[in-house]
Amino acid sequence: MAFGPHLLLATLEGLVTSAVLALMALGLSLVFGVMRVVNVAHGEFFMLGAVLAWAIASAFGGHPAVGFFAALIVSPLIVGAIALIAERLVLERLNYNPEATIVATIGLLYIIQQAALSLYGPEARPVEAPFSYRILLPWFGYSGYKLFVIAASVLLLLATWLVLTRTKVGMVMRATQYDSETAQAFGIPVGRVYAGVFAAGAMLAAVAAVLIVPISQAHYLMGRDPLLLSFIVVIIGGLGSLRGTVVAALLIGVSDGVISVFFSPTLAKIIATLAVAMVLVFRPQGLFGTISR
Amino acid sequence: MTEGSDSGKVIALHAAVIALLFGLNFVLPDYHHGVLARVLVLTVFAMGYNLLFGYAGLLSLGHAMFFAAGLYGAGLTMFHLGWGVPAAFLAGLVAGAVLALAIGALALRTKGVAFMIVTMMFAQVAYLLVYYFSAWTRGDEGLVVQQQARAITLGGTRLDLTDPTVRYMAALGLFAIVLIVALAIVRSSFGRVLVAIRENEERTKMLGYDTFANKLAAMVASGAICAAAGAAYVILFGYVGSTLASVQYSILPLLWVLLGGAATTLGPLVGTLFMYYVVDITSGYTSAYMLIVGVALILLVLFFPNGILGTIRERWARWLP
Amino acid sequence: MTPLLTTRGLSRFYGGLKAVDGVDFAVMPGEIRAIIGPNGAGKTTFASLVCGRVEPSSGRIVFDGSDITDMPPHRRARLGIAYTFQITSVFANLTAYDNVALPVQRTLTDGRGHGGVHAGVMSALERVGLAGRENAIAGTLSYGHQRLLEVAMGLALKPRLLILDEPTQGLSDGEIDNFIALVREIARDATVLLIEHNMPVVMQLADRITVMNLGKILAEGTPEQIRANSHVQHAYLGTPEEAEADG
Repeated sequence: MAFGPHLLLATLEGLVTSAVLALMALGLSLVFGVMRVVNVAHGEFFMLGAVLAWAIASAFGGHPAVGFFAALIVSPLIVGAIALIAERLVLERLNYNPEATIVATIGLLYIIQQAALSLYGPEARPVEAPFSYRILLPWFGYSGYKLFVIAASVLLLLATWLVLTRTKVGMVMRATQYDSETAQAFGIPVGRVYAGVFAAGAMLAAVAAVLIVPISQAHYLMGRDPLLLSFIVVIIGGLGSLRGTVVAALLIGVSDGVISVFFSPTLAKIIATLAVAMVLVFRPQGLFGTISR
Repeated sequence: MTEGSDSGKVIALHAAVIALLFGLNFVLPDYHHGVLARVLVLTVFAMGYNLLFGYAGLLSLGHAMFFAAGLYGAGLTMFHLGWGVPAAFLAGLVAGAVLALAIGALALRTKGVAFMIVTMMFAQVAYLLVYYFSAWTRGDEGLVVQQQARAITLGGTRLDLTDPTVRYMAALGLFAIVLIVALAIVRSSFGRVLVAIRENEERTKMLGYDTFANKLAAMVASGAICAAAGAAYVILFGYVGSTLASVQYSILPLLWVLLGGAATTLGPLVGTLFMYYVVDITSGYTSAYMLIVGVALILLVLFFPNGILGTIRERWARWLP
Repeated sequence: MTPLLTTRGLSRFYGGLKAVDGVDFAVMPGEIRAIIGPNGAGKTTFASLVCGRVEPSSGRIVFDGSDITDMPPHRRARLGIAYTFQITSVFANLTAYDNVALPVQRTLTDGRGHGGVHAGVMSALERVGLAGRENAIAGTLSYGHQRLLEVAMGLALKPRLLILDEPTQGLSDGEIDNFIALVREIARDATVLLIEHNMPVVMQLADRITVMNLGKILAEGTPEQIRANSHVQHAYLGTPEEAEADG
């Protein structure tokens, strides 16, 4: 293949990565923005979404689209419920102390991951895509499902944006993010907002996972890399900024796709991780600096 | 803090622990003898972690990189360059200290949560580097150091470090040295400054202390001790692989120290010993033994933040260092 | 005689708020200088600029002939500028002994102190009247004793300039009398900058008084001159004095 089409293919692959990453990172950003909790278990909610998608899709027979769309709705609901329970049982009792919550979410990470290992097993299992239409470009054919993933992600991001900016729920969340004590004084049930935000964050990760699982299979360790990438996106994109998160996800997703095509993926990860660590070191007044005081 | 009778008790307790571990060499069954040797080396890792986390109050999520610096510093020089045990050990130690100096100079510009994330990311980079240089490290397959290379000559006598008793005594020797060093640091002026930084960094500055320099010194000491554990691990057990550099080995020392009691000199031993056996027994039944680690972390932060020895100190024995 | 401490055009702005606004200030060695003023006058910010907790927006600070404007706080402390906090900030989880041992070992390392840590700690605790309490956990001491411990920590730094920020706040009358005697004793070998609301204490102790209002120096003089100054009376009468913390 010539350079041009090769680059186009890499860019398309990068856009698919970006689409999924933007959803997942938005969940992480929302939880951090409103609750000041760094959720290290976020990658496991993603994994859980994918594993549940496999379970739900295989429970449904018939056309693959039936199982897939059932999974798209049910899997995030289950993940959200689990996150809600974890929030009430653990994070709330820690009073959202930043360091203690990180240690607790590390614990949660291992519990979810190892539970998946015991119940689901170490195999990687595929979920069939709801349709198998291929779009024929002059140079290569491209999966129509992948384009559907991009479109679905754009729609979900728009919907989240509308909820955050145009509804009462969004206003309550922003008030809590701005000043939780004042919000409490004005009768906003801060505890319930936190629980809801934590569940919503986990659900965004689960939706992202259901979308990606027909492309990349479900596996109990699949949460690791997306977690790291989401951290990178949130750090670069800036706190609580939906637009920043999307732009950063595009940047990371496409560059990861392009770099991985031309260079070793390990080297790409090394460079990205190091670069973001340096951003945190030299601009600590940015995202995380605000809570370290 | 420095009363005569307490000093006597403290020294007697630490001497008794070392003497007890020495005596166990002669009575333990083979299996537990081998486990304890491994636990002692991992305890050194935990003690290094405790110096930074327990005393200076800096919660790192990336200490696997210092352990790995020792592992690969010693392992690669033995495997590829044919270095002897003392030189390889020194190489591992220096690698850890230099890495800690570099990482500390960068990461200590941040605080709290940002410090945790930054150390985690640097450790991830170190872990990926092990893969990137698979030609030398063989990634997760790892390197096995030949048995004949794992020996030292002391005054004309060749000591085979693969012999169970020699290996146990070497592990105990390292443990005892690091325990004494840790005790000395904790009771020194430097140790007092580290605790002051943990309690209130701003106030410590106003008393004339360069808190950055003190934290950096703690980081280097901590990194060097963890690297010593890594170097000893590859020398005594003959294997180094990328799993030992993974994020799991950044979380485990945190768990060991939290369980045993942060900022107690003997807490790392108690926590490592207990957790090692729990994981060892669990892994006999299921491959999902890390589940125990997750549950333990959550239960500790929720209900038992002082750990075992921390609680004993709080309730009954204030003199415990 | 040259002043121990001089500031030139020292300012600190927080957004539009001029907390300290172009202050020219000088204090002579051996002096006890009180800084008074209504709440929000900028007294604590001024003291924080001198000891380095806060960086100035503009202006210079000269201590003993050398410019210390860009010096980090720990180096200023080693030069002999000690600050005792308005809100008590002893190390609550450490013993009284360890609290005082920290500044003592600092002066020993710097070669400014003599003898051992133990002797230094005991003498500092004795000077403030806390002898015998060395093994108490600082956080369990009474409020008055915590304030005294704070002063002992300042003393143990062997300061040449001791800044006391609201030292008598929360002390009983008896404790205040002891405290006045203590400050007089300290002033025999150190210069004292006293930020204080309690006017009887100020009038008894101060050689000179500086009055601040709205970030600026309103007046300066002996206690008698200040008492007679109509501007000062106006500033105080115009602004009801509150017992709350000064911003």
